[in-house]
Amino acid sequence: MSNENVISVDGLTKRFGHFVAVDHISFDVKRGEIFGFLGANGAGKTTAMRMLCGLSLPTEGKATVAGFDVYTQNEQIKKNIGYMSQKFSLYENLTVKENIRFYAGIYGKSDQFIRQKTEKVLEQLHLTNEADKLVGSLPLGWKQKLAFSVAIFHEPGIVFLDEPTGGVDPVTRREFWNMIYEAAANGITIFVTTHYMDEAEYCGRVSIMVDGRIEALDTPSMLKQQFDAASMDQVFLKLARKAERSDN
Amino acid sequence: MKQFVSLIKKEFHHILRDRRTMFILLGMPIAQIILFGFALTNEVKNARIAVYDQSKDIATAALITEINSSRYFDIENNLNSYKEIEETFKKGSIKLAIVFPQNFHDDLQHFNKAQVQLVTDASDPNTANALSNYATAIIKDYENRITNDRKLPYTIKTETRMLYNPQLKGSYSMVPGVMAMVLMLVCTMMTAITIVKEKELGTMEILLVSPLKPIKIIVAKAVPYLLLSIVNISTILLLSVFVLEVPINGSLLLLIFESVLFTLVCLAFGLLISASTGSQQIAMFISLTGMFLPTIMLSGFMFPIENMPLPLQIISNIVPAKWYYSIVNAVMIKGAGIEIVWKQTLVLAGITLLLLALSIRKFKIRLA
Repeated sequence: MSNENVISVDGLTKRFGHFVAVDHISFDVKRGEIFGFLGANGAGKTTAMRMLCGLSLPTEGKATVAGFDVYTQNEQIKKNIGYMSQKFSLYENLTVKENIRFYAGIYGKSDQFIRQKTEKVLEQLHLTNEADKLVGSLPLGWKQKLAFSVAIFHEPGIVFLDEPTGGVDPVTRREFWNMIYEAAANGITIFVTTHYMDEAEYCGRVSIMVDGRIEALDTPSMLKQQFDAASMDQVFLKLARKAERSDN
Repeated sequence: MKQFVSLIKKEFHHILRDRRTMFILLGMPIAQIILFGFALTNEVKNARIAVYDQSKDIATAALITEINSSRYFDIENNLNSYKEIEETFKKGSIKLAIVFPQNFHDDLQHFNKAQVQLVTDASDPNTANALSNYATAIIKDYENRITNDRKLPYTIKTETRMLYNPQLKGSYSMVPGVMAMVLMLVCTMMTAITIVKEKELGTMEILLVSPLKPIKIIVAKAVPYLLLSIVNISTILLLSVFVLEVPINGSLLLLIFESVLFTLVCLAFGLLISASTGSQQIAMFISLTGMFLPTIMLSGFMFPIENMPLPLQIISNIVPAKWYYSIVNAVMIKGAGIEIVWKQTLVLAGITLLLLALSIRKFKIRLA
């Protein structure tokens, strides 16, 4: 992990009319870091993430992602990030290979690059024999792992994972996190939201959002100390109870 | 460009792998053209009719033979009273009754004038109308023939117990209507659904996070359906020329140009729908009520616009299919050129631009 900031956010705010979805949040994320972005439903995580991905313009505040400004350079940002959403994001009626080809294609990668890397990725995932099967026929765990591989296929500097392990069994989740560690070791910065508190423990640093504001930000062990809690679960509950809004 | 090709390839994979949808998309125009061309045709062959001949003379006998020998009519029974006519109609066994009054031949000889009454089953107004027209034509034909060698012309007055329905134009005015309907279904509904489907699956988000320009994503969605539509237009035209024997009297190029223009209207509308909703069901529902029903009701294809109440006549002007229908009707059936349909073309182009601008704006708003 270097000291270079790949995401740097200062006072970032998003208002929808009178509703302040994201309220002056500030943080930095360093290269190769696994940054956990936690918060209850409706806390403003997704809105914040959308601003960082260049999908939504902030109302005020500053933010740069991979060195590019979110207001003016979202085209460059998009080229330098990967994204995997909570909703499953591969095409079920395309084969494994076709999905990889398609996503690599929309990032403008060359045929040679795609061909060589596809083989490598399939081998790593032990999917070589399933390469020509429709993604719809794969078990969910494999799909999620494949989706992650596809999200970092074009070798982005940062990958945003929006609740990537929803609905996946514990064993696969563990394997999934091994992939995340490996990617981080290769210098890819991981920005991940999750509802699983055991996963929060895997993160290098964790921020917890409540009602649009970041209420806590530190390493999991420091957070536990700060809030006098035995687990991240307790830390989260102590903070989330203060919330006045939720989407339910 | 390479990105764009990837996108289009992917769209084709989606379409080609979904066999059932493919089958519907390509089979529908064939089914519709055949349905509308044959089953729902206004042309009637071998309709069963009844005759109530109160005169029973040589003139009526000649006319009855004439009618019976035409391919349109089969005389089912001879009736003896008005009451019987009603009964036979109620049973549904005949479509038309021809009533000759007493002294038909005498009237013709002495006053040069006679009357025939045609009673039609108005519960099926189109057929009724067609039948009364055929019958009248046969009677006029007979009248002309017997008048030939006389100084004073004979007139046989036919009186039809039904109002003229101007919509009845024969079976092949259906072709332009079917073209409008099919293009609408394929382009509007399918584009709306396929875009909304990506929203539902969450893949749209991934596409929007990628460096692809949103407009490229949308255009790539539209291209395969544009191609499919061209296949459909060709199928319909081939079927109508070779199976329904409807000639293309105007320029084929103009016809295709207008069809592509209309396709763009439909695509723009589909895009607008997809930008307004996130669920496939709602997208389908809006396409059906917002586009399909007006197309059937207000384009002039099923019901004549000139017979509608004024408010509906005014509303019909914003239905793109109305303009397309009148263009295709003019170009294909009447052989009109651009000098006749330029006004409608301009309106259609205007609607296209408006819808496209609206949907692109809406799409951008959603992104911000």
